[in-house]
Amino acid sequence: MGEGTRAGAPTNGTRNGHSRRLDDDEFDRYSRQMVVPGMGKEGQLRLINGRVLIIGAGGLGCPAAQYIAGAGVGTIGIVDGDVVEASNLHRQVGHATSRIGMLKVDSLITHLRGLNHLPTYIAHPFPLTPQNAADIIAGYDLVLDCTDNPATRYLISDVCVLLCKPLVSAASVQKSGQLIVLNCPPSPQGLVDGGPYAPCYRCCFRKPPPPSSLVSCGEAGIMGPVVGMMGVAQAGEAIKILASALHLPPTEPSANQNQNLHQPTLLIYTYDLDAAPGPYTFRALKMSSRKPSCPSCGAGSTLSLEGIRAGDPNYEQFCAVNTPRCVLPLSERVTPAEFHAARERGELPRHVVLDTREREHFSFGSIEGAVNVPFGRLLMKAAAVQRDGGEVRGVLPEGVLTQTAGEGGGEGVEQIFVVCRRGLDSQEAVEKLKELGLEEGGRRRIVDIKGGMKAWKEEVDPGFPYI
Amino acid sequence: MSDATEAAATIPITVDFSGGLEMLFDNQRRHAVDLPAADPGGKPATIVLLIDHLCKHLMKDPRTDMFVLDNHIRPGILVLINDADWELEGEEAYEIQPRDNILFVSTLHGG
Repeated sequence: MGEGTRAGAPTNGTRNGHSRRLDDDEFDRYSRQMVVPGMGKEGQLRLINGRVLIIGAGGLGCPAAQYIAGAGVGTIGIVDGDVVEASNLHRQVGHATSRIGMLKVDSLITHLRGLNHLPTYIAHPFPLTPQNAADIIAGYDLVLDCTDNPATRYLISDVCVLLCKPLVSAASVQKSGQLIVLNCPPSPQGLVDGGPYAPCYRCCFRKPPPPSSLVSCGEAGIMGPVVGMMGVAQAGEAIKILASALHLPPTEPSANQNQNLHQPTLLIYTYDLDAAPGPYTFRALKMSSRKPSCPSCGAGSTLSLEGIRAGDPNYEQFCAVNTPRCVLPLSERVTPAEFHAARERGELPRHVVLDTREREHFSFGSIEGAVNVPFGRLLMKAAAVQRDGGEVRGVLPEGVLTQTAGEGGGEGVEQIFVVCRRGLDSQEAVEKLKELGLEEGGRRRIVDIKGGMKAWKEEVDPGFPYI
Repeated sequence: MSDATEAAATIPITVDFSGGLEMLFDNQRRHAVDLPAADPGGKPATIVLLIDHLCKHLMKDPRTDMFVLDNHIRPGILVLINDADWELEGEEAYEIQPRDNILFVSTLHGG
């Protein structure tokens, strides 16, 4: 029956399954992919005997899961603790309007069963944590990282290294996407001699970016087809790896070198809203192999499953998840409710509201009379004034600060209220405006509206179109 | 094979930004850059000189810490030299060649 040199995943305990007959349902269902050169019955049986874990049932996980289920991977596990929201649906195509509020894992599995009832679906309806990661991942042959934060990405990679699981990793935000296959074929932690070996996530991305540089899909937005393309590509890689048994140690030592598996390609997709696809819409970048100095898979690595369970390394700290950037004293902050009440009582005759959100966010609505200078633009204008000199009031739109505070028959603006989306940028903006001297020796107050437009919606205007 | 002394003035290269970094460079992804062929000390131009040059001459946004931290490329940015990880090319010490393409990519985490 043509047992190949790589056939027989030793971990799934169904060796006999590799030479069995396909039943009629399987034969019909998978016929179009089985006739593709290189697939055949052998490749299909490897998929049927394969076990894939999809971590994250969102914009990457949904499209990835559809193709993995459609292709007939026999066991599909899905990890996610979130529930479906309406704002997910433009990209998370495994969910449905009728399933808003349902756990994402249950919603996605409902969809997948409709597509293909043959695989075994396993729901893990909670977030992946250092405590549960190893127990979950151990039950699968291959892992897809479809998560949305650096701390979980490092955790997944570390556990995959320790359990010798290949990892297909993708990420996407706004108008770009990235994809890379890691740890494939897996080699034992610490092995450097006789290499090169495939790298892990830490080999490629040594340190996480500082939290201040991170933007989430919620804040920066995300185009559905961009993240979808990356999720589908993850499924493509997963199917390829399982069907061709690339995740197993090769029978000939030179095989991996020939396939360049040890220097994986980082695929980058860059999408333009206002331009046709160009030569750099897709870029394929060559990454380096396992680093002997890697703290996870390298020669001196002390990483262990016991350590991870006990909180070492500390992923949250490593990625500094909750570090606030800047906190102003209370005297320079007001809550949206306080601001609104004072304004209603007529206590703020000469004030201006400066909204530092991006133009797109501002376009849906703002506090009445607010002027919009996006945060990045404000900093740029401030830097230009500080570098080249010029009128400090020019950092705000023309006409907003026409007069010095307290002058001109009491017409000058005496208070500037700064508001942003969630209350971080606005605090930095207050500091910056003060640094520029816009307080004018104390004659003008510059104040942060606490918690941004999110808090405004919660405290003042429940109907506000906050994004 | 032009005259070595003439060619010494600047090195023509292209510099690309991706993954959101273009935001710091006037929202433009590709820049043609004429890099001084040597640093003030007379040593051949390396990635170190390029980064300094980009911060001083190309970056419009004042948030240099989004690109450089403690005089090094900030964590979370990959540097690709002619489409290969700079670790394959000597990292910061790589000597820049005419017509090189240097790509700076911010790693993404969303999903």
